[in-house]
Amino acid sequence: MTVPVSWYLLLAAALFAIGVIGALTRRSGIAIFLSIELMLNAANLTLAAYSRLLGDRAGQMVVFFALAVAAAEAAVGLALFINIFRLRRTIDVNRLNLMRW
Amino acid sequence: MELAVFVLFGLAALVSAALVVAHRNPVYATMSLVVTLVSTAVLFVLLGSPFLAALQILLYTGAILVLFLFVIMLLNIGRERSSGARSPAQTWSAVILALLLAGSLGRLVWDAHKDSEAPPLDATFVSLRGLSEQLFSSYLLPFELIGLLLLVAVVAASWLARRHEEDEPEVAAPSPEDRP
Repeated sequence: MTVPVSWYLLLAAALFAIGVIGALTRRSGIAIFLSIELMLNAANLTLAAYSRLLGDRAGQMVVFFALAVAAAEAAVGLALFINIFRLRRTIDVNRLNLMRW
Repeated sequence: MELAVFVLFGLAALVSAALVVAHRNPVYATMSLVVTLVSTAVLFVLLGSPFLAALQILLYTGAILVLFLFVIMLLNIGRERSSGARSPAQTWSAVILALLLAGSLGRLVWDAHKDSEAPPLDATFVSLRGLSEQLFSSYLLPFELIGLLLLVAVVAASWLARRHEEDEPEVAAPSPEDRP
């Protein structure tokens, strides 16, 4: 039996919601970053599912570019974390209040 | 058969995603994100894009998550301490917000697509040849721009992560004159 594409879309929505919970409740910067990667992955799954549903490869192209941008984002983000850790000895976002008034 | 694979790896993705969010040890959270991403790669294969599945495993689990693990171990980040935790009200409002989001997204998708039938998979849709021809003709400019973006990111990351001598107090390194 073939699986309807809407099931993939529902699964992606659930994964995205789990990522939202993580990004809103965790305090470690790395954990928030991991949750953002999870949400990105759910969005990629949605794009691939729509590409299948519409029989159009444009969705796969967008996933390809999103993967490359995710690689760039992870490299720069983790370098920022290394710098923050060097300056403040923590990456707990509750204590990183330099830009908060 | 397809249903069994979908259920197995869909459940694996959901459970490991919940572990990513719930686990306090960042190394374990990263490892369960690996499971989520590999399960999603299997779903990509089911959706007729094996190239994306290969990319997902090579790029995400092979490169990005190794970078995460490397940074976690470099910074020696331990478990999150529960002192100064967020109030339960904050956690519950986040959960309720996420449930609302998932519910409305699911409702939207279900209303729009509960009867839609995907066209049968054919060889040209799956083939790498068609994909690469499209990538290097109509998507050539974005492709080149992505290359530029990656170059910029590499330069920026290596500049950011280098040791800034002027920022840090001089550690008492014995100079040659001090030595007896």
